[in-house]
Amino acid sequence: MNAMNRSSAPAPALDISGLKKSFGKAEIIRGIDLSIEKGERHAVIGPNGAGKSTLFNLITARFPPTSGTVSLHGQDLAGLAPFQINRMGLSRSFQITNIFPAMTVFENVRCSLLWSKGYKYSFWHMVARSRDLTEAADAILEQINLTNRRDLPAGVLSYAEQRALEIGITIAGGADVIMLDEPTAGMSHSETDYIVDLIRKVTVNKTLVMVEHDMGVVFGLADRISVLVYGEIIATGKPEEVRGNPKVQEAYLGAALEAEH
Amino acid sequence: MDLILVNLIDGLVTGLLLFMLSAGLTLIFSMMGVLNFAHASFYMLGAYFAFQISLFFGFWMGLLIAPLIVGVLGAGVERYGLRRVHQYGHVPELIFTFGLALLIEELVQFLWGKNQMPYDIPEVLQFTAFAIAGNSIPAYKIFMIFVSVGIFIALLYILTRTRVGMIIQAALSYPRTVEALGHNVPLVFMGVFGVGTALAGVAGVIAGPVLGTFPGMAFLLGSIVFVTIVIGGLGSLWGALVASLLIGWITTFAAAYNIAFADILMAIGFTMPEDLDDSALRDLWTLTLPQIGPILPYLLMVLILVLRPQGLFGKRDA
Amino acid sequence: MTEQATTPTNLRAGRISTLSAAPWVIATLFLLAMPFIFQSNSAITIMNQMAITIIFALSYNMLLGQGGMLSFGHAVYMGVGGFFCVHIMNMVEDMSLPLPLPLLPIFGGLFGLGLATIVGSFSTRKAGTVFAMISLGVGELIAACSIIIVAFFGGEEGVSGDRTYGLPFFGVEFLQQIEVYYLIVFWLIVSALLMYLFSRTPVGRMANAVRDNPERAEFLGYSARWVRFYSFCASGFFAGIAGGLFAINYEILTEENLNLTQSGAILLITFLGGIGFFFGPIIGAIVFTLLQTVLSLQTELWQLYVGALFVATVMYFPGGLAGVLMMHVPAFRLGRAGHLVVPYIITLIPAIIGIFGLCALIEMIFHLRHAPLGESEMTLFWTTFDSHAVVPWLMALVITVVAFAIMRRNMPTLRAAWHRANSLEEESA
Repeated sequence: MNAMNRSSAPAPALDISGLKKSFGKAEIIRGIDLSIEKGERHAVIGPNGAGKSTLFNLITARFPPTSGTVSLHGQDLAGLAPFQINRMGLSRSFQITNIFPAMTVFENVRCSLLWSKGYKYSFWHMVARSRDLTEAADAILEQINLTNRRDLPAGVLSYAEQRALEIGITIAGGADVIMLDEPTAGMSHSETDYIVDLIRKVTVNKTLVMVEHDMGVVFGLADRISVLVYGEIIATGKPEEVRGNPKVQEAYLGAALEAEH
Repeated sequence: MDLILVNLIDGLVTGLLLFMLSAGLTLIFSMMGVLNFAHASFYMLGAYFAFQISLFFGFWMGLLIAPLIVGVLGAGVERYGLRRVHQYGHVPELIFTFGLALLIEELVQFLWGKNQMPYDIPEVLQFTAFAIAGNSIPAYKIFMIFVSVGIFIALLYILTRTRVGMIIQAALSYPRTVEALGHNVPLVFMGVFGVGTALAGVAGVIAGPVLGTFPGMAFLLGSIVFVTIVIGGLGSLWGALVASLLIGWITTFAAAYNIAFADILMAIGFTMPEDLDDSALRDLWTLTLPQIGPILPYLLMVLILVLRPQGLFGKRDA
Repeated sequence: MTEQATTPTNLRAGRISTLSAAPWVIATLFLLAMPFIFQSNSAITIMNQMAITIIFALSYNMLLGQGGMLSFGHAVYMGVGGFFCVHIMNMVEDMSLPLPLPLLPIFGGLFGLGLATIVGSFSTRKAGTVFAMISLGVGELIAACSIIIVAFFGGEEGVSGDRTYGLPFFGVEFLQQIEVYYLIVFWLIVSALLMYLFSRTPVGRMANAVRDNPERAEFLGYSARWVRFYSFCASGFFAGIAGGLFAINYEILTEENLNLTQSGAILLITFLGGIGFFFGPIIGAIVFTLLQTVLSLQTELWQLYVGALFVATVMYFPGGLAGVLMMHVPAFRLGRAGHLVVPYIITLIPAIIGIFGLCALIEMIFHLRHAPLGESEMTLFWTTFDSHAVVPWLMALVITVVAFAIMRRNMPTLRAAWHRANSLEEESA
């Protein structure tokens, strides 16, 4: 159905329709429709257990959905492997830091540049000789403020630095849709502010979808916010609208009350 | 028809023997994620220990004691070897068990030499159980069937009916949860490793007199056992059973029927080249089924892997 | 050549060639000079074997060390390459083809590559245990076929050829071992260099990435399977070159070149040398060949010792010999390696004596069990004694126990010295 309106209006960057996912009898995602425009910064928030990570993994085809479709720039993602989705311009980060710990910080970034710079499975180029790679990787390191950590093994970085590197790896390939899974999880206030600034800086002119537990984190960052509760989106809109929405208040306050017990 | 029955019994014996090894291997693999390359070496140790014991106390004491020693050794290997290597990951674990297999073979040669041991069937069982159209079935084969089926039933009972079995089954799928519930998972691992290797030991005790007790017996059977569990599906006990019997029968029947490939080829309509010695395909014409019997399990494995990578009964994609 | 495979030091693009060329130049000069230092024929035979093993082990480490793929059937690629080369050698002889002998290994490589392409198409889907089992099955399959397909593999006797019938190469007919040595050395340097450079290419770098974190690599646009496949093919190619050189050197290939024993040996060699560094397998090949040729002359039990060494390496030094060597780099960088000399002497010398004592005990047990009846004399460490008498047993036992006790007592000193030599704080205490 997305193929039809592709000709008339530009397809949204990401279009989710009728998405459902069950694990056994438990229905975790209960029918989600969401359309994210090009260049939009969109945050999906929700209390713990709302199904945010599941939704995230469904969009990036880590799990197959029970029903429904996800399409990227009007193309259905069903049955595609992660590397194919990545080549179509979608890049994701992971909630649990997922870098190459034995490689240097610089190499982590360089590896994530290789495909988009057209090196593919080449065995006739020397990576160290390719000036374009080195310059691009150094530029990214500059962006994520890790230039002074350039030649350290990534595994020895601090947690916040590893999170920054994770974001660097995610954006390095030049994908136009960036998906971040709780990029500030487990961080202190100042670290969170730092990472949010970083995200704002590196996603200029890109489509951003991020999943976040804490509404406060995304408030100044997102153009639109969707609130996910028990596998359903109960509200979507501008941050101010969502914050004022009584259903959202109830969901968050209810969750907070439950947590106190 | 009668010959088929005889081969069915022979194949069953081989298959059940394979299953005693592949069952332990599968249990260990699905619990710990480790494919114990030295599994067949414990089978060999079972045979050698039983031989040594039988010199002094007779066959039956060997059957009783040797598997116990093997099980204790196995548990010791898990406790002091594998657990140490575990921190480096699964590939080093596999390399460790491979090194262990080499070392055990060398140790066996060191203690018992390179020759086959005169380990024989006990005299009480040296008679013909019954005969099918002139083909006698030795009592020892029936004994082997009874022992392996008995062990299989005991294993099934323990796994499905006892508390320990429940914990093991749960630990197979949710090791972390089981640990969180307060069970000592490392101890369960050590126990399963011990029991798995003891099973291999039993197989060695009863197979030693038939298949021969010599230093190469581990590697000879070992690769077939690995092929078996890949065919059955890594981690599936039922798959291991089916694949073991399948391979037992395939190899037995292939060895029993002397079909020449030339006959098959001519039956399809090929004509035999006149000058065989010059033909590059001459081996295809002179092959017989018993000759290719030993490679059939490997061929089957490659076929399975190409057509159904998770194995016959495997749930996860292998 | 001394760069670490896991955490390669980065070098600015311009300086890379001059800096990293030095080990290669030194190694080349060294290899060229070797026959002048060791002139005996047996030494050259050992060196030929060593060089072939080095290529084979390096190709194996492209899988295990760089790609994280544990293969139990790598001998097949070397063996098949070798078998084809013998057949080509015979064809050259029969039909007088204009093929100079030094080019033969390329064909070995191509056939190794061809086989690896076929097998890799289904075996590289997964790494880890599954890959290991498939490699074992395929290896056993081909090894078993070698006895059945007599036309190609020659059955139990194998196939043999004669390297001297080819076209003379600039007047060299390869009648002598020394000529073969230089041919092998040429291919050793070329293949080692190419394998090293492969690890610096995009697909070589991604092989490391896929080894460490296949899921992340997939989300960077690379198919983990294809990355493994390319490494696998390249590895098969170089194994085939080693096979071609084997064919030239020994002029015969048999089932032994294909079977699990051979595949296991290369795993052992590579791991012993160290899979984390490019030069690890080189050390492994040299040490193993020396053990194989020297130790086997001294004792029947050499395989037992090598097996024990291997298991100990897996358990205590998973980095292998190269890992142990490179462990000392930080101490050298800090200029404190000197602190380790004395602690090393006081622990290692007792340890070595203890190990010799233990070996003596093992050899005596072996003699007691397996010597022909009535023969009770044995020679060990240049002393001849009666293995049935009590005194030698007591001596060996006392030496072993005392030596290990001294080692144990001095261990804390070594540990403390090690800590001091490697800690970043200044030496204040």
